[in-house]
Amino acid sequence: MNPIAEYLVAALLLLGGAFTLVGAIGLARLPDFFTRLHGPTKATTLGVGAIMLSSVLYFSCRGEGIGISEVLITVFLFMTAPVSANLLAKAAMHIGVATMDGTEGNPWEQ
Amino acid sequence: MLDRLSFPQPWLSLILFITWQLLSDGISGGSLVLGFVLAWAIPQITQGFWPERPSFLNVWRMPRYLLRVIRDIVTASFQVAALILSGRRPRPRFVCYPLELEHPLAISILASTISLTPGTVSADVSDDQRTLLIHALDADSDQQVIDTIRERYEQPLLEMFPC
Repeated sequence: MNPIAEYLVAALLLLGGAFTLVGAIGLARLPDFFTRLHGPTKATTLGVGAIMLSSVLYFSCRGEGIGISEVLITVFLFMTAPVSANLLAKAAMHIGVATMDGTEGNPWEQ
Repeated sequence: MLDRLSFPQPWLSLILFITWQLLSDGISGGSLVLGFVLAWAIPQITQGFWPERPSFLNVWRMPRYLLRVIRDIVTASFQVAALILSGRRPRPRFVCYPLELEHPLAISILASTISLTPGTVSADVSDDQRTLLIHALDADSDQQVIDTIRERYEQPLLEMFPC
């Protein structure tokens, strides 16, 4: 494997790991349920994207063919993440989870 | 009876078939047969859940839209990461977004895009499908959120789904 590809794979892995970590920190530290929802659903978007890219790059450079399965994993994740976020938010509104002080606007009563 | 043997959504069937071939290790007789069965069965089972087909879809506008979404995901991820690490209190707000899109499929694409781009989660659609409730993590005003979404995502989608 040539060195440039190796550096690129390492950089992408670090970037992906860093964003996943930031997402986890957000999950632990943000003040209320709705803001916490942003941490894990979002960090995974870029974090998983970067890790997937590095995986594709690694296996392509090793000459084992281009990894289509990684791309599929990402596509499935991108399709399902908004749905789970939406369901979590709906469930939270349904049981009336308290929002943090200073939240503008109100969730609906439906 | 004939209805049960047909493919109600040929494009969905084709996508399912190709996806199955990509998922299985190499194309073999078995994967072709199973892929064919899945391409027939899944559209049949889920037929009742699909909204009616959009009247006209400009597919060639899709790649540009996807590129824009990917670029926004990257830039906005850095903003959210900076907010989390800085430790300052976010300024969250619920925003009622008045929809211009009418087709259910277009609305769900818009809602998914909003959820994927960091800083906003779409929380609910009103029963009459005219308003989207969005939770923004850190925003100055309702109008700013609405303008950004309208200009960057809804306009391109309106061009894709001219109703």
